[in-house]
Amino acid sequence: MVKEPKETIGWTMPELASKVAHDLEDGWFVNLGIGLPTLVADSIPEGKEIILHSENGLLGLGPKPEPGEEDWDLVNAGKEPITLLPGGVYFSQSESFAMIRGGHIDAAVLGAFQVSQRGDLASWKLPNTLLGRVGGAMDLTAGAKRVFLFMQHTSKQGPKIVEECTYPLTTPGCVDRIYTNLAVIEVTDDGLVVRELAPGVTFDYVQERTAAPLTLQADNPSEKVGV
Amino acid sequence: MIQKKFESAAQAVADMQDGATLLVGGFGGSGLPSHLVAALVEQGAKDLTIVSNNIGAVSDGVAALISNDQVRKISCSFPVGPHADDLIARLEKGTIELEIVPQGTLAERIRAGGAGIAAFYTPTGAHTELGEGKEEREFNGRLHLMEHAIVADYAFIKAHRADRWGNLVYRKTQRNFNPVMATAARITIAEVDEVVEVGEIDPETVVTPSIYVHRLVELSPQKEGKVLVNG
Repeated sequence: MVKEPKETIGWTMPELASKVAHDLEDGWFVNLGIGLPTLVADSIPEGKEIILHSENGLLGLGPKPEPGEEDWDLVNAGKEPITLLPGGVYFSQSESFAMIRGGHIDAAVLGAFQVSQRGDLASWKLPNTLLGRVGGAMDLTAGAKRVFLFMQHTSKQGPKIVEECTYPLTTPGCVDRIYTNLAVIEVTDDGLVVRELAPGVTFDYVQERTAAPLTLQADNPSEKVGV
Repeated sequence: MIQKKFESAAQAVADMQDGATLLVGGFGGSGLPSHLVAALVEQGAKDLTIVSNNIGAVSDGVAALISNDQVRKISCSFPVGPHADDLIARLEKGTIELEIVPQGTLAERIRAGGAGIAAFYTPTGAHTELGEGKEEREFNGRLHLMEHAIVADYAFIKAHRADRWGNLVYRKTQRNFNPVMATAARITIAEVDEVVEVGEIDPETVVTPSIYVHRLVELSPQKEGKVLVNG
């Protein structure tokens, strides 16, 4: 596969975060994974009420506190200080995961090591390593109504979107949609469908960097934009 | 008169024996009963089985017990972090056993333990490496794993305020695993910022009722108190 700097083509990560935030619906309860997905929190449009869930027992996650205002009793899933919005509440870990497994979370936005053409997700352990970091990933992907991935299209090792995951699975068949710097891709019963291409990115360019067959959605808004 | 307050963390953990099973609350450093952990490092009980979400996120948590060679087995969801080196070294030597448990399964196994449920079925982890060897059953067309309850000899938890009976209130996300762990141990020891008289906590705000709490350690005693032991 072709190697090149990742940020030079397609959407920047903040642009991609805006795209995800645009697709989240008013009133949804949403869990954002640690790392890149937390960018979505800063991109929710004014006037849209998305209630963010944090696995460590919080609904109504707000922005990072001002420097000097950190409260170490108020942290997110990445153990970073955050704030609570008006209407926000605290609860225990067992209640938090009852919400997750019980199907009350409208969408989880997560990172990935690999995702297969059937929506199998590998995100918790690299092959042949001693330690995995499962955290809440298996519960979220088993329980959330929708699972969206937020990730770079490829890694240093090559394509992350593959026919079959070779890394240990988090949950099979759980992914609904993949947001990358190059494209927005739906996981459907007929395989992976490119819903939107990033500006200046062609379908062929994306396919070359994807180790599973893609099709282009017929009414793709960016189809004509391809360079 | 009920008195659960101990004069110090050292006294509260003094009777812990080798081979005990211990739940440790907290999510990283948030809600971590670090004074109780430090007292147990001093006390020195060995061959402990420890259940705690994070290992190695902070130096004053379970990582300190691992570094002091007091731990035989760990059950957790997130064994990595800046202070995980001693765990990795002991895993490589084979002197410590690690069970990685999905976080929601960990919380529910503890909840079940405290609620008298021996085991339950969950879809979490089905068709994965973490489900290998577990009893499986299909419900509504979906594969579930049977997961066993966790009960312990001791639980170390952190709360913000207790009354003399041991009713507890928490502060923000310090709550995390603490209330559920309080229910699942024979002896639950709560490290709290202050202990107030019965009646001084609004009953509508109590998260952990006193029935689950056996010993209290006050971090910054407000008033004079003599050593009183109960439970």
